[in-house]
Amino acid sequence: MPAGDTPAAIQIRDLRFRWRPGLAEVLAIPRFQVARGEHLFIRGASGSGKSTLLSLLAGVNAPSAGEIRVLDQPLHRLSGVQRDHFRADHIGFVFQLFNLIPYLSVLENVTLPCRFSKLRTRRATAAGHSLDSEARRLLAHLEMNSDELIHRRVTELSVGQQQRVATARALIGAPEILIADEPTSALDSDLRENFIRLLFQECAATGSTLLFVSHDRQLEGLFGHHVAMDELNRTGRGG
Amino acid sequence: MPILSLALKSLLNRRFTVGLMLISIALSVALLLGVERLRTESRSSFANTISGTDLVVGARSGAINLLLYSVFRIGDATNNISWKSYQAFAAHRLVEWTIPISLGDSHRGYRVMGTSGDYFRHYRYAGTRPLAFRQGQAFEQVYEAVLGAEVADKLGYRLGQEIVVAHGAGKTSFNRHDDKPFTVSGILKPTGTPVDRTVHIPLAGIEAIHVDWVQGRQVPGVRIDAEAALEKDLTPKAITAFLVGLKSKIATFRVQREINDYRREPLQAILPGVALQQLWDLMSVAENALLIISGLVVAVGLAGMLTVMLAGLNERRREMAILRSVGARPLHILTLITGESLALSLLGSGLGLFLLYATLLLVRPVIEARFGLHLSIDLPSLREYIMLGLVNASGVLIGLIPGYRAYRYSLADGMNIRI
Ligand SMILES: Nc1ncnc2c1ncn2[C@@H]1O[C@H](COP(=O)(O)OP(=O)(O)OP(=O)(O)O)[C@@H](O)[C@H]1O
Ligand SMILES: [Mg+2]
Repeated sequence: MPAGDTPAAIQIRDLRFRWRPGLAEVLAIPRFQVARGEHLFIRGASGSGKSTLLSLLAGVNAPSAGEIRVLDQPLHRLSGVQRDHFRADHIGFVFQLFNLIPYLSVLENVTLPCRFSKLRTRRATAAGHSLDSEARRLLAHLEMNSDELIHRRVTELSVGQQQRVATARALIGAPEILIADEPTSALDSDLRENFIRLLFQECAATGSTLLFVSHDRQLEGLFGHHVAMDELNRTGRGG
Repeated sequence: MPILSLALKSLLNRRFTVGLMLISIALSVALLLGVERLRTESRSSFANTISGTDLVVGARSGAINLLLYSVFRIGDATNNISWKSYQAFAAHRLVEWTIPISLGDSHRGYRVMGTSGDYFRHYRYAGTRPLAFRQGQAFEQVYEAVLGAEVADKLGYRLGQEIVVAHGAGKTSFNRHDDKPFTVSGILKPTGTPVDRTVHIPLAGIEAIHVDWVQGRQVPGVRIDAEAALEKDLTPKAITAFLVGLKSKIATFRVQREINDYRREPLQAILPGVALQQLWDLMSVAENALLIISGLVVAVGLAGMLTVMLAGLNERRREMAILRSVGARPLHILTLITGESLALSLLGSGLGLFLLYATLLLVRPVIEARFGLHLSIDLPSLREYIMLGLVNASGVLIGLIPGYRAYRYSLADGMNIRI
C-alpha cells in the first residue's frame, strides 16, 4: 500500500487527454488535488468530460500528457496491466444504472472485485469472517438485509436496490477511493438523499475518499467539497 | 481463473441459445465422426473380404481384375487356367491348401461358383472367421448347392429346394441348364462379403451341366441327361482361378515368383492384401468427398456459433464495462468470450461423441443383421481424436473473432457504460 500519511489522494498536473489522435482535446487540467478522506462533489454539463476524468483516475485510460498520481502511484507511468491491478486493489465504482452482472447472484455481484484483487479479499476477510458474510454485512448496512432480497435474481431488484448492491460491491475490501458516476440519477429524490447518507456513512467507516459526479445541484449541499468541470478544465478556452 | 467460472455462469444464464448451439455442434460432430466410423469400418470390412489366403492365382490379366472376378465376383476372367497347372501347384510342397474357383454361370443374377469342399474348410474373412452354416451343410453330391445368406433371403430359398443354373452372368439368360437342377444342401450365415451373394456348387456340378456343351454353346442334337452325365468323367479341364494357403508366410514371395514364372502356362499370382489396398485407393475419391461434406457440416455448425456470439456481443458491452471497472484486464475480456467458444466446442464434441455411441449401440444389431457389416464400438481412434482436436481448435480460433471485438470494445468503452 502506498504511504498512508500523505494528505493527497489524487494529484493531477498538466493533464491532457484526447480520445484519439484526430479528435479534439477533451481534458486539459493544469492542477487538481483531492485530499484523503474528502467527499468531493464534481458537477458539470453533459459532455464536459466528467466520466472521462474518472476513467483516467481509475487508470482505464492513460493520459495523453501530464501526470496523474493516485495514492502516490504515478498512473501515467504504469503499464495497462499495472493500472488494471491498481484499480482492482484500490478503487471502487458505482455507475448510474445497470451496475450488476445479470448472471451472477446478489452475493456474487458484491464479491466480484475480490476475484480480481487478493488485497481486497484479504481486507474483506481480515476480521475473520468469510467473503459472503462480509458481503452480507455491507448489504445489511445499506438496508438490504432480508434473505429474500439477497436470493432474488439481480434483474428482479428495484433500481434503488440495485444501486445499493452496487455500492456494497464498491465498498467491499475497503478500497481507498470510491468513485460514483451519477449513481443517483435514476432514483427519486427521497431515495437519493437516503442513498447518499448511507454512502457517506460507509466511506467514513473505511476512511475512503469519495468522488461523486452528478449534474444535480440539489445534492451539492450535502457535500463538504465541490468542484465544477468548467473551473477545472481549460479546453476550449484558448489555454 | 476467476474469469472461467464467470464464462460458465454466463453460459448457464443463456442456456436456451447455448443449448441450441450445443445441439448443432454436437450433431455436426456426431455426423463427422459417424462418417469417419463408417468409412473405416467399410474399409476394414472391405479388407476383411478375404483373409488367411496368401495368394490368388489366375490367368494373366491385371492384379485388380483378378481380384475383382475371383473374390468380388465382378467382371469376367479373360482366360481360364488348366486343371493340370492347378494340380501342379496344389501338390506343391510349400502349399498347405488350395481352393479352386470356376465361374461363368449364374442364377437369377447371382454368380454361381464351382469349388471344392475345401472352400468351406479354409476360406476365411474378417481376420480368422470361417464360413458357417445357418442351415444344412456343404454339398456332397454333384447336384447340390450351398447358398450365400443374401441369395437365400432375397429369393426366399429353403433347404431341399431345387434351383436351375443359367449360362452367363445375365439376369435373364435363355441358356438355362434346366435339365440339371441343383438341390439346396446348405445356407451360409451372413458374412458381409461377396460370399453372401454367391451360389456355390461342386466343380463336378459345373462339369456336369456342360457335358453336352462345347465352346460355351450347347451342341445341337446332343442331349445328355442328369443321370447319364454322372457316368461321365467329371474332372474339370480348366478352372477360373484358385486361392492358395501356404504352410509358412515366409514362402509367399517365393511361391508367387514360381507361379509367375511357370513355363507351361502364363499364370499370375497376387497378394490379396496388396490388391485390396490398390482397389480401395481407386475408391478413395468418393470416400474423401464424403469426409469433406461432413467437415463442411462442422464448419457450418461453428459458423452458427460465431454468428450467435457476434450478435450477442453488443448486449454484453455493459457487462464487460462492469468487469473492467472491478479490475478485469482487457485480456480477461478476451478470455471470457473466447473461453466461451472453447467451452461450447468442448461440450459440443463431448455431446457429439455421446450421440455417436448411443446411435452406434442402437443401429449396430440392425446393420450387422442386414448388411453383415460389423460396427465395433471402440474408444475413439487417434484419427478421431485428431478430428475432435481440430474441431476444438477451430472453435477457439473462431471464438477469437468475437473475443477480439470485445477486447477492442472494452478498451474503447473503458468503463463508460453504453447502450
Ligand atoms: N469512447 C469515446 N470515444 C471518443 N470520444 C468519446 C468517448 N467517450 C466520450 N467521448 C467524448 O468525450 C467527451 C466527454 O465525454 P464524457 O463521457 O466524459 O462526458 P460526461 O461529462 O461524463 O457527460 P455526461 O454527463 O453526459 O455523462 C464528449 O464530447 C464525448 O463525445
Ligand atoms: Mg458521464
